[in-house]
Amino acid sequence: MPELSYHGGFILAAYAVTAVVLAGMLLWMLLDGRAQKRRLAELEARGVRRRSAPVPPAAPAGAAP
Amino acid sequence: MPVSDLANPTRFLAWSRPLLAVLWVAGLAAGLYMSFFVSPPDYQQGEMIRIMFIHVPFAWLSMACFGFMAVASLGFLVWRHPLADVAAKAATPIGAAFTFLALVTGSLWGKPTWGAYWVWDARLTSVLVLFIIYLGLIALRQAIEDPGRAARVAAILTLVGSVNVPIIKFSVDWWNTLHQGESIFRAGGPTIYATMLWPLLVMIAAMTVLFAALVVMGMRNEIYRRRVRSLEMMAAGA
Repeated sequence: MPELSYHGGFILAAYAVTAVVLAGMLLWMLLDGRAQKRRLAELEARGVRRRSAPVPPAAPAGAAP
Repeated sequence: MPVSDLANPTRFLAWSRPLLAVLWVAGLAAGLYMSFFVSPPDYQQGEMIRIMFIHVPFAWLSMACFGFMAVASLGFLVWRHPLADVAAKAATPIGAAFTFLALVTGSLWGKPTWGAYWVWDARLTSVLVLFIIYLGLIALRQAIEDPGRAARVAAILTLVGSVNVPIIKFSVDWWNTLHQGESIFRAGGPTIYATMLWPLLVMIAAMTVLFAALVVMGMRNEIYRRRVRSLEMMAAGA
């Protein structure tokens, strides 16, 4: 392990800032993705669907309504 | 599967899986180990050289990201493919964050090495201009409500701003700068000793994989955001 005491604060600060920014960016991406998926699911639950969305399988002939 | 199928947003969502995350974790672990345990201290800078292993990858990616955005913007303006705009938009905040990290880690390296956190030399100033362009692109997309118009204006600004990338690259050759000259990607080969060069290359590779993973995540989020927007408009019109 290197001896970081000489100007070690600068090295630790550089790695700490990097870790915080990268962690924050990853967290923001994950939360944003979840939020968009949740809004999409809510809309689809209300029956709003894309024209290109897969059509749900039709009930077999003779099946009870 | 034809390569053109990857331009389909649904198929894009299907293939973009955590492979990049696994590659990044493995690369980062190897890179950090090599940076702290394999690389010796520099004969002049001592342990301060450890900052190089994060500063250089972010400096490289700050420019590479803008190059990626410029290609995507050109693709959007020429072929009008929405995925090209999705890629450019998703990469913008990532590029801004990486440029910020290049500036901050460089500043923290500069203080003990040069005696100053900041100097207005050509390399540092041109990277600061790049950071401001990134912020401008984010603000521009926020300011224009119509996504199609925002995409066109952002694409043009990105192409104009890409002129700054070669200025950053060659600033140390064109002007007399306090920042050191090229030491890796230069004619005649790298000037860094192998025990420092290999950890640096592994860290550059790991951070490049992280960049790719973040862009894929950002693109998936943006595709979902656009689906939500179109469904909300359908719902409002129904």
